[in-house]
Amino acid sequence: MAYVAVKGGEQAILNSHRLIAEERRGDAAVPELTVRQVAEQMGLAVDRVMCEGSVYDRELAALALKQAQGDAVEAIFLLRAYRTTMPRFAVSNTLDTAQMAIQRRVSATFKDIPGGHVLGSTYEYTHRLLDFDLLDPAPCEDTKANIADRPLESGVGRAFDSIRDEGLIEVETAPAGQQAVFDLTREPLSLPAGRDQRLQNLARGDEGFVVGLAYSALRGYGAAHPYVGETRVGDVAVEIVPEELGFAVSIGDITVTECQMLDLFGGSELQPAQFTRGYGLSFGKSERKAMGMAIVDRSLRCRELGEEARYPVQDEEFVLAHTDNLEAAGFVSHLTLPHYVDFQADLQFIRQLRREKSGDHLDKEAAE
Amino acid sequence: MAVLARASRDELEQAYLDLPNAPAYIWLRPPESGLVLVRGRTGETEASFNLGEVTTTRCALKLIDGTTGFAFTLGRDQRQAELAALFDALLQRGDETASASLKVVSEFEHAQSLRRDLKSRKAASTKVDFFAMSQAREPD
Repeated sequence: MAYVAVKGGEQAILNSHRLIAEERRGDAAVPELTVRQVAEQMGLAVDRVMCEGSVYDRELAALALKQAQGDAVEAIFLLRAYRTTMPRFAVSNTLDTAQMAIQRRVSATFKDIPGGHVLGSTYEYTHRLLDFDLLDPAPCEDTKANIADRPLESGVGRAFDSIRDEGLIEVETAPAGQQAVFDLTREPLSLPAGRDQRLQNLARGDEGFVVGLAYSALRGYGAAHPYVGETRVGDVAVEIVPEELGFAVSIGDITVTECQMLDLFGGSELQPAQFTRGYGLSFGKSERKAMGMAIVDRSLRCRELGEEARYPVQDEEFVLAHTDNLEAAGFVSHLTLPHYVDFQADLQFIRQLRREKSGDHLDKEAAE
Repeated sequence: MAVLARASRDELEQAYLDLPNAPAYIWLRPPESGLVLVRGRTGETEASFNLGEVTTTRCALKLIDGTTGFAFTLGRDQRQAELAALFDALLQRGDETASASLKVVSEFEHAQSLRRDLKSRKAASTKVDFFAMSQAREPD
């Protein structure tokens, strides 16, 4: 299948751009949305665009959303395209999520954990009823949130540290002789993929696809029995070592979501029964994404842990080749481009098949 | 540098206006926006993976007396990076501007720690103590 090169249509294309601009603006009687408003009040949409656009910049992501009329995948495309125009200055030191300034932290494994469970700003315990008060702008109170007397403890350990000490949780080790960290923005997908490549792929991957795969693994098209060992949301410092300085400097904080899944593992010839791990990390407040990522990461570790790969979510090539929503959306939407020659060829083919079939029929009748 | 990198452009502008005299400087590297590739840790191993990139602005300048200042700030605000680099340079001088700048930085630091504290206390107000239903039963 291929589309054909066509010429012409310039005026129609230009007019289509003008039509987009008009539709984007909507009713001129309604005040225009500012990028600042999108960044402040559509924060979770901005987080998703940063996460899958793979660039942490609230203003750029909000601009992309405004330009794309709120279409997340189109906004992600815009952000990825802009990214290619910027130089890369440095590679950060590894983020230290143990030192995160916590905004949310929960574990499904233990009721009492050092540092406690912190719900944060979650929709989980809301009633999911439309709030008609939001139909009209309300005067802004200084603060709606309650303020506790004391801040949270800093640098609290993982919720499941107590059983880690008993050796019941897999001790993760880095693969021996790992060389440079794989970078999907510089190299194409390469299989079999190391965990570094897989995690980068999933971190950039489409939230819907990743969460759908995770769901399939939970529903029976997979072998996942996961518990949220801990999920935490908060700010972590980005540190780099600039060449001209030669020492580490902290250049600011970014918000990330981290999820550590613990998965029931019955043991193998090589390893005793224990909880194995899946890991998810994503930009912004994006818990659904980080959890999906952790479940899919664990599912794709099947070969490493000696499990038979029987389901789509355990098939590395199937998963990693289809996570990217730019590629997926691009391939699907290219079908709207002219395929006139292909179609003519197929049309001819179908006519020929029919002729042959009716020819056979006539031949048979003649033989009888 | 960590404190200056976290100061907002408005805060830096205000501190700049409050300086007794505007220091002159030349660029060693004019402000430039680009990306820093952010690495995450692969679970709890020593290995890392590439999470994504974050926009960053960097610059370097030199005061008339030869003192240099550097800045790396998140985002694409070049003026913010410029002022951060300027204060970084001023801090390293041995005169009264250094002590004035030191005061500015400690004020920034204080403001930043208050912001962090407030954010953390708001999160702390959502601390939850779940109890299993069996525990909630009245004793027989």
